[in-house]
Amino acid sequence: MALAKRIIPCLDVRDGRVVKGVQFVDIRDAGDPVEIARRYDAEGADEITFLDITASSDDRETMVHVVEQVASQVFIPLTVGGGIRKVEDIRRMLNAGADKVGINTAAVFNPEFVKEAAEKFGSQCIVVAIDAKKVSAEGEKNRWEIFTHGGRKPTGLDAIEWAKKMVDYGAGEILLTSMDRDGTKIGFDLELTRAISDAVHVPVIASGGVGNLDHLVDGVTRGHAEAVLAASIFHFGEYTIQEAKQRMADAGIEVRL
Amino acid sequence: MSSSVAVIDYGMGNLHSVAKALEHTGCVDKIFVTHDPAQILAADRVVLPGVGAIRDCMGEILRLGMDQVINEVVLNKPFIGVCVGMQALMSSSEENGGTACLGILPGEVRFFGDNLVDPDSDAALKVPHMGWNQVHQEIDHPLWSGIEQDARFYFVHSYYVSPTDSTYLAGSTRHGVAFAAALAHENIFAAQFHPEKSQHVGLQLYANFLKWDGNG
Repeated sequence: MALAKRIIPCLDVRDGRVVKGVQFVDIRDAGDPVEIARRYDAEGADEITFLDITASSDDRETMVHVVEQVASQVFIPLTVGGGIRKVEDIRRMLNAGADKVGINTAAVFNPEFVKEAAEKFGSQCIVVAIDAKKVSAEGEKNRWEIFTHGGRKPTGLDAIEWAKKMVDYGAGEILLTSMDRDGTKIGFDLELTRAISDAVHVPVIASGGVGNLDHLVDGVTRGHAEAVLAASIFHFGEYTIQEAKQRMADAGIEVRL
Repeated sequence: MSSSVAVIDYGMGNLHSVAKALEHTGCVDKIFVTHDPAQILAADRVVLPGVGAIRDCMGEILRLGMDQVINEVVLNKPFIGVCVGMQALMSSSEENGGTACLGILPGEVRFFGDNLVDPDSDAALKVPHMGWNQVHQEIDHPLWSGIEQDARFYFVHSYYVSPTDSTYLAGSTRHGVAFAAALAHENIFAAQFHPEKSQHVGLQLYANFLKWDGNG
């Protein structure tokens, strides 16, 4: 008897539709978020994450409605990230039915926000999203840096130190995305995943680069992740969540079947 | 005759998720999300939800006078405490440097610790205990009706309940240590996991609760 490793499909939502960008550029339409969330729930997804990639704050209202609709039909944990900058943003999403919020850029610019959020709403609902990129040269000791703005802006922050700090500030979970791997389908950055997972006591969700089911297995067995997140392999029907879980179970990983 | 359930609203937590899940079961006519004592006392059944830190939860329970209301409804109505709502029923919690709780069920709430390990494998375990874990049903209980033995429920917590009296133990789970996933005593049930986030097994448990007459 043990805690199951989680599979989390991620839905990038823009203007109320699920899209998936390949390295944040080429955007393809993948469908209605409520319909897709229901399908993933039926297939046995352990949680669902929505990433709101809407540009303007007016359109954020659309995201609130999406969360409300999903939460009234899907009874598994829901996380919403993207554009969470103020206590009020968190309150709105939790009231709409989200269980957790992902804080990314706002944490970098104002780390105290994470502390404030965790004190107000509890660490259990504060996920700090970290976008990291390898900055060490070939042959050097591995070093990863935090980037913002979809991987375009370096911050000078060391990823491992940053993860530890965010946990000290009250993050209940870390969503770790390798900006080198995102959209590449060549697998997680396992060294990065393991370095962060082993450095913090809270769960780490591996993200960025999943192209097949063995990548999910590797994220847990070699990356030491508690949960694995993927988008396009599920959206475009390449694999079902059930197939992914079966593959993990076959590899000896504890999953909820 | 129409049935009603009150979800105690003391400003803490996932009230909407709880209310939506109760509604989704189709087993109840009226759901009140409220801290109005009269409405709670008039309901057929009562749910005490809760997320966040125990000190804040207990602070709000006391500020709103919900302690008196809870003490009264647990005397006779089918009652369920969920997550921090379960922990609030215990004698005290280690959280926030020691917090007195309602003392309705005897036992302590303890911290998993920052350096939790699996005693069998010596592997490091994460805290919070977050995700789907198995609940071993220790007793036959109407709330377990139709739920498989060792079914997985969704948990998210860093503190766990350790009851003084093991006869109260309704379900147990392991995460480094064995802890009380559920307690039962007469018309009171308490769950550390979140039924409202545990898909069909959670909805089944809520449906069972909404049909329960309060007899173990």
